[in-house]
Amino acid sequence: MTTHTELGLPGLRSGTELVPALAADEQKQTGKDFTSDQEVRWCPGCGDYAVLKAVQSFLPDLGLRRENIVFVSGIGCSSRFPYYLDTYGMHSIHGRAPTIATGIATAREDLSVWVVTGDGDALSIGGNHLIHTLRRNVNMTILLFNNRIYGLTKGQYSPTSEPGKVTKSTPMGSVDHPFNPVSLALGAEASFVARTIDSDRKHLTSVLAAAAAHRGTSLVEIYQNCPIFNDGAFDAIKSPDTKADAIIPLVHGEPITFGATGEDGRGVKALVRDASTGGVVVVATADVDPADVLVHDAHAPDPSTAFAISRLTDSGYLNTSPIGIFRQVERPTYDDEARAQITTAQGGRSEAAADRAARLAALVGGGDTWTIV
Amino acid sequence: MDARASPRARKYRGRVTPDKQVKQLDRVIIRFAGDSGDGMQLTGDRFTQETAVFGNDLVTLPNFPAEIRAPQGTLPGVSSFQVHFADHDILTAGDSPDVLVAMNPAALRANLGDLAKGAAIIVDTHDFTARNLTKAGYDHNPLDGDDLAEFAVHPVDLTGMTIEAVKEFGLSRKDAARAKNMFALGLLSWMYGRPTDPTIAFLGKRFAKVPAIRDANVTAFKAGWNFGETTEAFVVRYEVKPAKMAPGTYRNITGNLALAYGLIAGGVQSGLPVFLGSYPITPASDILHELSKHKAFGVTTFQAEDEIAGVGAAIGASFAGHLGVTTTSGPGVALKSEAIGLAVMTELPLVVIDVQRGGPSTGLPTKTEQSDLLQAMFGRNGEAPVPVVAPQSPGDCFAAVVEAVRIAITYRTPVMLLSDGYLANGSEPWRIPDLDEMPAIDPRFATERNKVVEGGEGKEDSTEFWPYLRDPETLARPWAIPGTPGLEHRIGGLEKADGNGNISYDPANHDLMVRTRQAKIDRIAESFGPLEVDDPSGEAKVLVLGWGSTYGPIGAGVRRVRRAGYHVAQAHLRHLNPFPADLGDVLRRYDKVLVPEMNLGQLSLLLRAKYLVDVVGYNEVRGLPLKAAVLADVIGGLVGEAEGIEVDVTPKERV
Repeated sequence: MTTHTELGLPGLRSGTELVPALAADEQKQTGKDFTSDQEVRWCPGCGDYAVLKAVQSFLPDLGLRRENIVFVSGIGCSSRFPYYLDTYGMHSIHGRAPTIATGIATAREDLSVWVVTGDGDALSIGGNHLIHTLRRNVNMTILLFNNRIYGLTKGQYSPTSEPGKVTKSTPMGSVDHPFNPVSLALGAEASFVARTIDSDRKHLTSVLAAAAAHRGTSLVEIYQNCPIFNDGAFDAIKSPDTKADAIIPLVHGEPITFGATGEDGRGVKALVRDASTGGVVVVATADVDPADVLVHDAHAPDPSTAFAISRLTDSGYLNTSPIGIFRQVERPTYDDEARAQITTAQGGRSEAAADRAARLAALVGGGDTWTIV
Repeated sequence: MDARASPRARKYRGRVTPDKQVKQLDRVIIRFAGDSGDGMQLTGDRFTQETAVFGNDLVTLPNFPAEIRAPQGTLPGVSSFQVHFADHDILTAGDSPDVLVAMNPAALRANLGDLAKGAAIIVDTHDFTARNLTKAGYDHNPLDGDDLAEFAVHPVDLTGMTIEAVKEFGLSRKDAARAKNMFALGLLSWMYGRPTDPTIAFLGKRFAKVPAIRDANVTAFKAGWNFGETTEAFVVRYEVKPAKMAPGTYRNITGNLALAYGLIAGGVQSGLPVFLGSYPITPASDILHELSKHKAFGVTTFQAEDEIAGVGAAIGASFAGHLGVTTTSGPGVALKSEAIGLAVMTELPLVVIDVQRGGPSTGLPTKTEQSDLLQAMFGRNGEAPVPVVAPQSPGDCFAAVVEAVRIAITYRTPVMLLSDGYLANGSEPWRIPDLDEMPAIDPRFATERNKVVEGGEGKEDSTEFWPYLRDPETLARPWAIPGTPGLEHRIGGLEKADGNGNISYDPANHDLMVRTRQAKIDRIAESFGPLEVDDPSGEAKVLVLGWGSTYGPIGAGVRRVRRAGYHVAQAHLRHLNPFPADLGDVLRRYDKVLVPEMNLGQLSLLLRAKYLVDVVGYNEVRGLPLKAAVLADVIGGLVGEAEGIEVDVTPKERV
């Protein structure tokens, strides 16, 4: 396999490195440039509005040419997203957005490719495509809107709904065990995994920036409230009264503490390693040596600690959840490697059409031949 | 005729030992049969290459089990390769073999029923042990007694002689015995005067890294030849002169190889990089294998996690301006249906290759059938018309797939190409086309905004890009690829408003768009020439109409009927959707129309529905190609009915 270094490419590459940027003398874009003329049709109060607004205001910061940005979605409420952005876009079929994005990203190195999907789209009908895209590490950013419910089909439980959830299709409560999207992504060896919240514009924007800058598949789980069918699912992490205890903030290089601020300025709760299980547990900060508090390392090559942290997410009602970038590591991307093989096979030549036709004639006319005159 | 034979071929014919009798034949059908581990496919393939180089016309029929290694020595494990070669133009792999090479009792038993009286059987006696006879279901040795009295049996210890011939190379007994297929090939090559150099060169290349195996195979091959020349067991050699074929340079080619080359050619002709998204499936995988070797042509091959991802990636690549292709067989088409519907709705170019196999469900993975026609036509939700093209022979796969590419790109539509297991693995001499004669295919990417929108009072007019504003001639929509400034747009599976392409739930608009998508596909027929009807006398009352791989058997059946002195017309459809514009007129010109198919009458159904013509079906679903002799009888019967005469199509000469 040809490595980047052998191709003369730098080791560290941005996700948008090969995407044409606006020239310095061109007018800077604004959120308005990315807003299409289509009327947005989500329910009043839907968390999708906040994410759309955040994305529209963030995209100009990338400084990329608008025509080189592509948004692809599947089916579901959030999958209407591309219609509202004035970029290239495709609203595809249920669960298959990662496959279409894989084709786009592999075909064209000069495009910034985004997938917008939901918990049903990405984790139920499209679960297979999600994990395979993550393992291949195709250069794209996947925004997974997790509202823990089926909205567009009007309120059935989803693969992230808590056990026991009473919905239209589970009048006696759901007996399904839910996926934890971050754990799943880490299990599929994703190179970038993050979790953020629809209503926290600042955090959401910072995660989007890191995800876009990452070369490979970036999976961003966005907790998103559905006010119609699952209102209040994220109240614990949003309410000013409870969020300090509910959110375990992950910042690379920082000791992980949370809860009310103690006298030492740190959170009163901390994460430490649990030697008996190899996992991570929550303890009172005051009870442990500060040196034992786990320092978040998003760049650790081994995903085990990130996985252990992800397990601190409640699978029932969400009272506790780590938020931030769990993992961000460098790994060759499928699309770069596939293009590199083609470049190698072509010997770096750019070829006139006539020469290519001659090569085709040689190929088709090769093998054991005989001529009749 | 000698002038056309290659010097190499002449040299070998010059080597005929004087005391051996040489008999002239116009055509021969040989079937090599053995255990699936015996290398019968390779043996058949080599004999075919020798025969192609010699200049005979030929058609092959490989037939192998779905299991990679079925239990050794059993009937399900028998693998065979049939080659029909002639001094004239032939169309099929032949109905029944003149020569059967049987490497074990199971191979004999599995194939005996296909042989005509008087056929020659060469058996490797080495494996006729009590144990192997039992495994094959024999309670006695058929080589003893009268079981095979109707045939000319040549019992030869092929394995024993092979082991003896290669002992100098120090191989294990097992490895030495494995060269027995080359001994058999050598013997048959002697018997039919095949040139040996190509096989010796081939073995040198194939086993270049293992000299002992290479030398053993070459030695076994030569030993087989020499055995034929010296033994008294074989007193006759046969000569089948090179065929009179149209001038040109030829090669032997299988359908799957021709499809792969055709896709590369489609890419070169259109100037688009080919992007194949595919998931391995029998009998289509060889197209993926072949295309993955041709990255130098800018071909990307993506082995997806499943059939849906394969077509999804191809659609994504098409959206991005590549030539999106997906290759599969019937079960895969079923999985891809929803995504093909998306390509219909988004009106993106896409080539879907279905190498049909026996169905339903997993069916007969390694056998042939034509039972996906209605799936190709209608196997999607909603009114989702898709053009369908079909190749008629292995070599014709090349032109057929270039046609599929032309339609897909010109009309911005998914196109289904229906090959089948017989075309995929079967081979024939193929006149290498002059690539200058191929159609130029212009993707005509949109580069400018296409719609002036009036600004209204006091406002200036503005321009917009409308992704569904159509070409008035083809009804194709513009293909604007990402990276084109000012043409940013969104497409998707929801219904589009005519013109601007915005989401629309308007009833009248939906009715218009459904009809427009259908009209676009119907209009493709304007780019076809008239249907070619072969009716040499002009007096035929019966037309035989087919599609796909039945071309060979139908053509051969028609020839037999004509040779017997009767009139019959033949036509074969390249385009199944839309049909050629004059098809209805052609059908109505004849009193009777026979439609032979390897299904229960799928084309018949379409013809009856569309043209209200009472076509007669002839249908078999045995997983094998139709037989020319059977078709000749059926055609003959219909000619008799149509003309009110007694018809006898029995050939006057040797079959």
